[in-house]
Amino acid sequence: MTGSGWKEIGLAAGLVILAAFVPLVTDGYWLSIAVTAMMYIALATAWTLFSGPTHYISLATGAFFGIGGYLVATGMSDYDISFWVMAAVAPFVAVVLAAIVGAATLRLSGIYFVIFTLGLAEMIRGLVSWVQNNFLGSRGLYVLTDFTEAHIYWMLLIIAAVVYLIGWLIERSRLGFAMKIIGNDEGVAKHLGINTAAAKVALFMITGYFTALVGVVIAPRYSYIEPNLVFSPELSFLVVIMALLGGTQRLWGPIVGVIPFTLIWETISVSFPNATTFYLGLSFLLIVYFIPNGFVGLVEKLARRRQG
Amino acid sequence: MNRREVLARLSTGLAVVGTAGLLSFSALAADTIKIGAVAPKTGPLAGGAAVSQWPNIELWAKEVNDRGGLKLKDGQKKVEIIEYDDKTNPGEHIKAAQRLATQDKVDFIIAPYGTGFNVAAAPIYAKYGYPQIAVTSISDQIGELTGRYPGLFFTLGSTTDFVQGVVHVLTGLREKGDIGNKIAMVNVADAFGIELADVARPLFTEAGFEIVYDKSYPLGTPDLSPIIKGAKAANPDAFVAWSYPPDTFGLTEQAIIEDFQVKAFYTAVATAFPAYGGKFGSKINNVLGAGGTNPDDPKIADYRKRHKEVTGKEPDYWASANTYAALEVLAQAIEGVGEADREKVTQYIKDHSFDTVMGELKFENQNSRKYWTVGQWQDGVFRGVDAVNIDGAAPVRVKEGWE
Repeated sequence: MTGSGWKEIGLAAGLVILAAFVPLVTDGYWLSIAVTAMMYIALATAWTLFSGPTHYISLATGAFFGIGGYLVATGMSDYDISFWVMAAVAPFVAVVLAAIVGAATLRLSGIYFVIFTLGLAEMIRGLVSWVQNNFLGSRGLYVLTDFTEAHIYWMLLIIAAVVYLIGWLIERSRLGFAMKIIGNDEGVAKHLGINTAAAKVALFMITGYFTALVGVVIAPRYSYIEPNLVFSPELSFLVVIMALLGGTQRLWGPIVGVIPFTLIWETISVSFPNATTFYLGLSFLLIVYFIPNGFVGLVEKLARRRQG
Repeated sequence: MNRREVLARLSTGLAVVGTAGLLSFSALAADTIKIGAVAPKTGPLAGGAAVSQWPNIELWAKEVNDRGGLKLKDGQKKVEIIEYDDKTNPGEHIKAAQRLATQDKVDFIIAPYGTGFNVAAAPIYAKYGYPQIAVTSISDQIGELTGRYPGLFFTLGSTTDFVQGVVHVLTGLREKGDIGNKIAMVNVADAFGIELADVARPLFTEAGFEIVYDKSYPLGTPDLSPIIKGAKAANPDAFVAWSYPPDTFGLTEQAIIEDFQVKAFYTAVATAFPAYGGKFGSKINNVLGAGGTNPDDPKIADYRKRHKEVTGKEPDYWASANTYAALEVLAQAIEGVGEADREKVTQYIKDHSFDTVMGELKFENQNSRKYWTVGQWQDGVFRGVDAVNIDGAAPVRVKEGWE
């Protein structure tokens, strides 16, 4: 284990402790922004866990997130099952899905995977609506709990911290080493005797688990769940954009991408409520123009320049 | 890239953003009652909100300010509306509502558009004590929700009332001998569509109807012709579709193409939109749908005229009037209390009755049960034919062809 690795995890731990105090400082508007940011931090970090080293752009976030949110709502609303039981069960359904999707597409090259995940959220939404419509029925999916924004924030923070820790451990494991080789040249990885498909599927399942868990925790915040709100293709894209804005070469990349993105998005929403999409496009152009390698690239370039 | 170049690019970028900012600049008035409004301006629900929600806010604010503002203990105060787009996303909605409460510190907030958004925002309204007079929110959980949130009011009814209206109308037609007892029922396989079909099945059966065709179709499906063909083949007396806006249009279009002859044809959400009548003209004469209004009522007639004059748009034939009435309730309650005290205003709403375009509104257990459930296009106007606690329903007519 290198010194810089310990330094990194120490810094992360310090940030987590600092972040845990946010709800004690503010409980209104800024907390609601913090909850949104923390949701995206957890989602983008989970995304980077798989897509960072493999360079496979996954658009499956909306599908996993939706499974988490939808199952919690169905369980609580239609079957009177407690939130905690559903929170324990739902992510494993996402893991099974990730295994099936992974087994079907990850043995092929990247492009098939991207195309398949693109339609995944929509497909799962169609599937659950079909099941509900034909077998289960519905009286509206309400997730009424006594959680406050602070509770939801802390739960998301814990998820984000655990994802980060797992990512940090994987990076230093045999699996992480294998992923780096796969990312650089899959042919070489195969020749070295790495079971590339198994490695990729395993990592994809971990991503699926935590993405669904975020969906579970967000469900009480939304309170009323409609399939087309939680199985959102838009969410899949936003997560990718934020991760790319931060930079995917490092596990901490998404974190530095999400925070400025959330703030820019909020400023646009507040200042120009009638033209949000236009200004969002404009800021994308400016971002791509000035920081093409994400914030990670920018930070590392500045660091190199200082050394040189 | 040298430093001068970077500077030049940066200043160009800033100039663009700055100019754009100036264009959207709006002046702030001093000493006003600040009213927040969050509803979709983009996303799937934006179309509906642009018909039923936003124009009423515009109309109401203009009328209140034209008469000098709200009459309070310390003189009249104009209202200032602060609007945000929730992008049809509950997370965005919650953020915007929080912003209204804690940053803009608005005195009151206009209830959101859509069932999901009213439920998602209710904890925030409750936390800061804002009264929430929900309109476009139809639920069978009204009892539980009002118990949980003491400032939440409902004005457009429950899912069961909504379905019961259709059962009444069809039972009435059957008693007159206009239709038999065979119903073809379809629904959009999405949240509210599934819920409505679920409630309707036992109610139809209880009322002695036979459901001869019961099918659903996925949300957003472009081809509805198999649905109409299937329903037609079952040879029903009445056709009932628990539909959303796009498929309300799609099913009607297919029924016209297939020349689907039924004595009663019902589609749910968006049948009451002026655009529906505008698109199909006389072909949809005697089509039944969700909602309704009484355009002969002088108050409603006057409201519709003012709405058209101020906003340039026709109101819909359903939730528009209820939305405006909810704003009237808010204004009368604030004036009744005489100050922007949210707790007192909430209590005032519970204790008093209000004179609105929908007639006298009174809340029992935070629920005002006065609304239209079924309407019918009769000679270019969508008239209410069934209501809960409203008089003036027009007699139901039998559908005769698609001419």
